[in-house]
Amino acid sequence: MTATVVHAPGFQRSLGTMVSVRSVSKVYPGGVEALNEISLDFPKGQLTTLLGPSGCGKTTLLKIIAGLLPATSGEVMVDGMRVEGPGPERAFVFQDFALLPWATVLRNVAFGLELRGVPVAERESIAEHYIGQVGLKGFEKHYPHALSGGMRQRVGLARALAVKAEVVLMDEPFSAVDEQTRRKFQEDMLELIKNEQKTFIFVTHSIEEAVYVSNRIILLSRRPSRVMRIIEPDMPRGITPDQIRRHPAYLDAVEMIWQALKQYLD
Amino acid sequence: MISVPTSSRASAARTNPLRRVMTHTITFRILSVITVLGAWEYAGRRPISASFPSFSETFAAGWEMAADGSLSAALMITIVPLVIGITMSAIAGVAAGIYMGLDRRAEWVGVPVFIVMQAAPLAALIPLLVLAYGVGLATKVTVVCIMAVPAIVLNSFKAIRHAPVSLVEMGESFLGSREQVIGKIILPAASPVIFAGLRLGLASGFIGVILAELLISPTGIGDLITYHQSIAEYPKMFAAIAVVILLSVLFMEALERIEITLFRPEKRAQ
Amino acid sequence: MEVFGRKIPMSASLIVWAVLWEIVGQLDLVSLIPPLSNVVMRLAEIVPTETFIDALALTARSFAAGTGIAILAGVPIGVLMGRSEIADRLLLPWVNVFVSAPLTALVPIIMALFGFGETTIILTVVLFALWIIILDARAGTRSISNSLVEMAQSYGASYWQAFSKVYVWAALPEILAGIRLGMVRAIKGVIIGQLIVSVVGFGYLFEIYQSNFLMEHLWALLLVLFALAFLIDGVFGYMEKRVEYYAASR
Ligand SMILES: Nc1ncnc2c1ncn2[C@@H]1O[C@H](COP(=O)(O)OP(=O)(O)OP(=O)(O)O)[C@@H](O)[C@H]1O
Ligand SMILES: [Mg+2]
Repeated sequence: MTATVVHAPGFQRSLGTMVSVRSVSKVYPGGVEALNEISLDFPKGQLTTLLGPSGCGKTTLLKIIAGLLPATSGEVMVDGMRVEGPGPERAFVFQDFALLPWATVLRNVAFGLELRGVPVAERESIAEHYIGQVGLKGFEKHYPHALSGGMRQRVGLARALAVKAEVVLMDEPFSAVDEQTRRKFQEDMLELIKNEQKTFIFVTHSIEEAVYVSNRIILLSRRPSRVMRIIEPDMPRGITPDQIRRHPAYLDAVEMIWQALKQYLD
Repeated sequence: MISVPTSSRASAARTNPLRRVMTHTITFRILSVITVLGAWEYAGRRPISASFPSFSETFAAGWEMAADGSLSAALMITIVPLVIGITMSAIAGVAAGIYMGLDRRAEWVGVPVFIVMQAAPLAALIPLLVLAYGVGLATKVTVVCIMAVPAIVLNSFKAIRHAPVSLVEMGESFLGSREQVIGKIILPAASPVIFAGLRLGLASGFIGVILAELLISPTGIGDLITYHQSIAEYPKMFAAIAVVILLSVLFMEALERIEITLFRPEKRAQ
Repeated sequence: MEVFGRKIPMSASLIVWAVLWEIVGQLDLVSLIPPLSNVVMRLAEIVPTETFIDALALTARSFAAGTGIAILAGVPIGVLMGRSEIADRLLLPWVNVFVSAPLTALVPIIMALFGFGETTIILTVVLFALWIIILDARAGTRSISNSLVEMAQSYGASYWQAFSKVYVWAALPEILAGIRLGMVRAIKGVIIGQLIVSVVGFGYLFEIYQSNFLMEHLWALLLVLFALAFLIDGVFGYMEKRVEYYAASR
């Protein structure tokens, strides 16, 4: 079973739905229409990627799901509950990391728990666990300015994992990271996804990255954005990363998405 | 000419110990001080003017004033109102600035007044104050406050208003309450700009207190300056002025220490 | 602020303060504060007088000369410090000291050396304006992208060409910001200088008004000075906005 499945936009997966976006529209003050009646379901325990031309409204959609931005109309349900604002079941990984420069790695990772009033000893032991998970053991006492871009993003990821949210929202988490770090990071993330059983919603500009890490890819059209196509690149797991990158299913999926997005280039 | 990239310059320094000493920051500091003091000595000995003493004369005069106790007595008179005024302005000004940064109504009422005050030559108010309240401690404290408050308020206000959006969003997304976001994110993020405002405020407060002492019936360091000017005892006058400048450097340094110990653990770790 | 859904500009709150001033003045709460309306009438009365015009002319002249000198000296020094590591290390400690030093204490030195005339006022203005202009020109020069510097070098620009055709323009937003801040300080300097010297310009007027307890006159004079300061600040703020695209493109 390695064939890539393509669905029409209306397709509903039978698997349990974690996040459900229902005819959400967003008009920014000033009249920019970023999203137009967009409807999407994100299945539980899977990594879904949003892919689309620049400025099509991916960040907007992600922030609406996170509860950081109100929708103009429509609603978002997470695990059956209507989103009214940020919630404990969702965690956000920021494109610019959003680390506190005056706090150590340890405090940054524990910061979500600190805001929830978790006692120091408990939150630090949780934070230490996730610092280990993202491969930053030994850097607990460092400050963000002493870390590389890739390491800073790992801190952001650990912070999101530490609050044990079921949904992790990531806005281009690797865009400020060099290509080698990025590949290593993608592999680590696949590993994490396997262990964590969370629902990931991921925004990226890289077609290869989307195909490599996602269970589902949602292609968005140009602003005001609608769902153009949903692709499930069913990559064979259990083979080496290099084998995946040469696998026909991988190459086919990349090619298909490229063809679909090419029309937006001019 | 091709510029030498910094890295190769650094590696050259590493290989040559003499060069390493020559290019060290401290070396330049010392060199810089020696150059200026040397120029001062030369200009004083030539002399460029009868009322321009050399550095060594000034230093000797300063030593004499320090020994006979006149210097420390005058310093106390100047420093006490300055410290009281700055402390009051810092507390009230930072609080007001933060409040205006968080509350749009307070911003509307308050900010324009402080913008006008910051641009205006407030020193012109000093004659008025002296006229009304004499030259006591209270007047000097008021002068320091009037001079220092606008910069402190406006910087605190700007610092709060320009708190990094993504950090605030991060706090909100992790369910921080409004109080938590203000206390744990906005205030620490604002502290460098707030302290920049305190430095500006301290500088203007200092300008104000010295001006008050020069204009009004002479007291404190201002008295040392005007008195020795009037009896043409220039080395002592210069020494008093040098002490004032030195004092302001020490105050700035102290403020920076306070900032780093209280709010900037990442700087302390370096 | 919004009232009934309508936006009211910030500067309108100054009207509220003006009304408050009038009330405090009319109630005679503080002997220092006469009603605003009286002050404005006094203003109309003294502005056309010859003593006032003379004082204004002298102040304007010292201000213009002082800021001119401060800009002509400060910008090249700042650019030099931004370009040369050695100059920077030698000069920066001193610039940092004087940018936040109580410069009023230095005015007696200028008086001792140059007497009680216009020269002293001009030099006071220079003393107040110079340091921040240097610092900002330095910061602007440091933020010039390296490739622009290398471009100038690779096309064989001389020092003077590189300074006048590349560095000054590339650092223009910061330089202008520094000049604006320098001018605000220069206004303070020109007033402080005149207050200390106290026999010329507005300093002389202050002396007269103060010794005769002419509160309305004093406030009228203050109002003029505040307005002038605000005007200069505003004009320069506007010019600064117009060159912001220089900064955006680097
Ligand atoms: N605060 C705002 N006010 C007005 N318009 C906005 C605002 N934020 C975004 N927009 C507009 O909404 C549209 C979608 O923005 P969004 O940031 O969601 O795009 P995106 O898909 O994330 O783009 P990119 O891939 O470049 O990150 C853009 O055209 C943008 O100009
Ligand atoms: Mg985006």
